[in-house]
Amino acid sequence: MKSKIKTFDVVNILFMLILIPIMLYPIWHVVMASFSESSLLTGHTGLILKPQGFSVDSYRLMAKNPMIFKGYLNTIFIVVVGVTLNIAFTALGAYCLSRKDLYWQKHIMMLMVFTMYFSGGLIPRYLMITQSYHLTNSYWSLILPGLISTYNLIIMRTSFAALPDSLEESAKLDGAGAIRILVSIVIPLSMPVIAVMILYYAVGHWNAWFDASIYIKEREKFPLQLILREILIINDTNSMTQGSGDASDQMAIGETVKYAVIVVSTLPILCVYPFLQKYFQKGVMIGAVKG
Amino acid sequence: MQKIKKQSDIYKESWFTTVSKDFKRNRTIYLLLIPVLLYYIMFHYAPMYGSVIAFQNFKPQKGILGSDFVGLMHFKNFFNSPFFGRVLLNTLRISFSSIIFGFPAPILLALLLNELKFPRFAKVVQNITYMPHFISLVVICSLIREFTLDTGVINYILGFFGFEATSLLNFPQYFTTVYVASGIWQEIGWGSIIYLAALSGLDPALYEAATIDGANRFDQMLHVTLPGILPTIVIMLILKLGQVLSVGYEKIILLYNDNTMSVADVISTYVYAKGLLDLDWSFSSAVGLFNSIINFLFLNVANFISKKTSEYSLW
Repeated sequence: MKSKIKTFDVVNILFMLILIPIMLYPIWHVVMASFSESSLLTGHTGLILKPQGFSVDSYRLMAKNPMIFKGYLNTIFIVVVGVTLNIAFTALGAYCLSRKDLYWQKHIMMLMVFTMYFSGGLIPRYLMITQSYHLTNSYWSLILPGLISTYNLIIMRTSFAALPDSLEESAKLDGAGAIRILVSIVIPLSMPVIAVMILYYAVGHWNAWFDASIYIKEREKFPLQLILREILIINDTNSMTQGSGDASDQMAIGETVKYAVIVVSTLPILCVYPFLQKYFQKGVMIGAVKG
Repeated sequence: MQKIKKQSDIYKESWFTTVSKDFKRNRTIYLLLIPVLLYYIMFHYAPMYGSVIAFQNFKPQKGILGSDFVGLMHFKNFFNSPFFGRVLLNTLRISFSSIIFGFPAPILLALLLNELKFPRFAKVVQNITYMPHFISLVVICSLIREFTLDTGVINYILGFFGFEATSLLNFPQYFTTVYVASGIWQEIGWGSIIYLAALSGLDPALYEAATIDGANRFDQMLHVTLPGILPTIVIMLILKLGQVLSVGYEKIILLYNDNTMSVADVISTYVYAKGLLDLDWSFSSAVGLFNSIINFLFLNVANFISKKTSEYSLW
């Protein structure tokens, strides 16, 4: 029986050791390809374990493209403003609904939870936003519709409700109002859950492309993901490789630029999430308790 | 029983007094809730009201109130159109394949991670498997397109097993597999978090008792671990079943092309194409509303069955 257990352990570890490269390879491939020489890369098939030749031309070319830089700035703007409002509104809702003595609390909660399971659909929302609220070409069309994620609100509410009542009682005796209690007691004590919420919302804004593709028509205002879609999916690298020799040359350079663009657009998130990962499990657990 | 109830009624203040007292006591809270409620009304309930255009011949210049009422015409047209069967079948195929293969995967990963003898190593594996969840769909889909080319990495590896190189996304028969497999790759780690959280909440005493009873590790997994996380599994499954008809449009829009349209066109992409590309507002809203209602029914049925058979339920 003992040897059986050992075999299982070995198989388990082997499985994990196979899993790791499967998870990491695509990223590795992208990074290595981005540092490759374009002429060598196009002739290469199969795995790319190291750069094919070495060149940073792709990054140089990308830096010359004004749209990438603009898209980057636009996305940063959307993330900063969006996440600030996301957190403010989610915390506000979570705090109010964590009050145990609120008569309408259950009713309001139900009203919110219902929206998780039933929605008016894509088209009515699109018409509402473009024709009733006139948000076409405005970043509000990307920020307001997802202002509060009900799921996140529930997680935050559960975490707020778990804080000891005594702290608030004493603040109340000192004459602190509801807003004061929220800002100077509840939020500082809930930083772990707020950090996770910031990450969830920030990743959401950073990676969002669909809403922008239907609401934002001016190219100047495109967020990074829309520029990425042009380059990666619609295959439009012409704007970047113009004036660099013949057509096949341009194609080849286009390939490496694609990889460089992926690296630059994905790096910020991949750098941030490991710092917050220890809170993930907690965050999910709090949400799961509520069910 | 009856008597007690009546007695307590005498001392009970009227509903109106309760409400007005509550309102006085929590005035600031209700004031603070106004912007939050306003958001829900403007961006969730207003679009729900807006879906009445599914029963109209909606013209933007006439507005919702001025457009002609046509009853269930758009629904009938949808049910009678050749696309109805196609998008419904495609949705169900992609959805059920995702559930059958994608649902157990994170549970399995969580169980295996839980059995690892080296917690440090487990943490590293966990962190690596989370990563794909954070990469944008645009990037993921561009990589899927690149890797599934006949000259791509996946064909290179399949070549060792004797498969002929083909550009997978150009052939309808491979679309679902590519869609589901890439989905598992992206979400297996992230999906396992909730099960790992449930596992970490299990009582160690249960394992000790099982060991004393002579249970080996497989017995323990079967009789202690699995029952312990069963509530989580059931809840997650109910949620998944409630979304059987809502295969998202984002990934499909980024992956499909004319060759694979016949198997990749699902309800949500059909709504997108009909509404936002063909500008057929009322018809596409009707399709969308049909989808929402069926989803909601599925969720309730799954929840009801689970409530009756196990005691776990969403509400």
